[in-house]
Amino acid sequence: MAGPSPTGGFERIDDHQRRLGVRPAGGEWLLDVLGQSGLRGRGGAWFPTARKWSAVAEHSDGHAVVVVNGSEGEPLSAKDRVLLTLRPHLVLDGAVLAAETLRADDIVIYLSRAATTTERTVQQALKERARAGLPEPAIRIEKCAHRYIAGESSAVINRVSGGLAKPRFTLGRSAEKGVNDQPTLVQNAETIAHVALIARYGTEWYRRLGTESCPGTGLMTLRGNVKRPGVYEVDLGATVGGVLAATGGTVTPPAGALLGGYFGSWFAPHSLRDLPLDADRLRKEHKASFGCGILAVLPEGGCAIVESTRILTYLAAETAGQCGPCVNGLAALSETMERIAASQPETGDYERVLRWMDMVKGRGACHHPDGAVGQLASALTVFKEHLNTHLSGVRCRGTQVQGFPRPPSPGDGWK
Amino acid sequence: MSGEENQRRLRVNPTLCTGFGYCAEIVPELISLDDWGYPIVDQSPIESDNLNQHAKRAVAACPRLALLLEEMSKAAR
Repeated sequence: MAGPSPTGGFERIDDHQRRLGVRPAGGEWLLDVLGQSGLRGRGGAWFPTARKWSAVAEHSDGHAVVVVNGSEGEPLSAKDRVLLTLRPHLVLDGAVLAAETLRADDIVIYLSRAATTTERTVQQALKERARAGLPEPAIRIEKCAHRYIAGESSAVINRVSGGLAKPRFTLGRSAEKGVNDQPTLVQNAETIAHVALIARYGTEWYRRLGTESCPGTGLMTLRGNVKRPGVYEVDLGATVGGVLAATGGTVTPPAGALLGGYFGSWFAPHSLRDLPLDADRLRKEHKASFGCGILAVLPEGGCAIVESTRILTYLAAETAGQCGPCVNGLAALSETMERIAASQPETGDYERVLRWMDMVKGRGACHHPDGAVGQLASALTVFKEHLNTHLSGVRCRGTQVQGFPRPPSPGDGWK
Repeated sequence: MSGEENQRRLRVNPTLCTGFGYCAEIVPELISLDDWGYPIVDQSPIESDNLNQHAKRAVAACPRLALLLEEMSKAAR
């Protein structure tokens, strides 16, 4: 995915085509190639891309919809915006390949309203493609409110269908009935960019890096207590320790790290060195996920209980307000955890937190409550010993430590 | 026991539910209420005809039409 750093903005269509060659036409062959490549979705779920595509292809009668999800509501992530502002044509190539393969006649680039530079770049890139007379269907941009869950796939479908960017409850599948009831592919922008490369260079090339179950490279956003924060393309066969070493290491000795973003998991400092990025190993060995490729490192003296509570409070405010267990449960958890984080717990607070974490799981229309609670649960488990100081009322100096990114203010509106 | 083909389970659409709680009174065997009055639904297949009848009554009684019986074959994931 990497290449020369384009000076003065994004990689122009001429440079893009000179560097990578003209893209092949999409078609059924690409389903097989994607299957062999082992490419998995980079929005956070790491679902096999070929399986997702096949389900849409099965239901498509020529009016399917391809939505490239670049909304990136995760505050710790910057990879999709960076990708789209540096190499928009790679993503757009992938979108057209998807449309050709899935017989889609509507291609949508889904962006957050807050990402104005990204939108401008994509618009310019689309103009370039039109001027170059590339044989491809029209591609349109659809914008959503900058909210944490506006990029959840059912929220994307609601928004692109003309509604609010809120998740919806459905027993069906979007591959069959998505945008305006048409078969729909909602795919993260980075995943789509990988497709554009795999279609050109093939499976063997793609599998040169990564692992058997998670081949290739991935975009990773490094944040917090690291010498050189930013977006990197990393070998998925790497470890967290390896990535940190290759990028200049941490500023102060780490006190822990959050892997995968606000729906991710916390890790103790000693476990970081050998921690894999491979989705299957993370799930099996750590019940964790690389999510959308985030590593946020906690600085020396920082407190995961405090940071985890800040994230929980942000996520509680980011509820779409549709489901009782999410609205009530996250608010109650946040209020209680704020007391614990401040080392001023009331009797029974910790037991209530445990009870509510279990109570809200799996009971929303989307996974917002599950993700929020998973993040909190991992902090409480991994930093159990330190949690006890909070519960016994000993003041924690971690509340004053800077260097771990604070959550932003909650978003506004849902359009 | 109900046959293999028409195995069903209860589901709640949480975006419609506002926590009236009638369902938990009608089928307490399958539905309890959380600390805020919202239903916690046992989503395993309903085994007895008797429970099936109660589940149907609960579905019909929901003022928000938020409760539904899902055919298990359709739920294949």
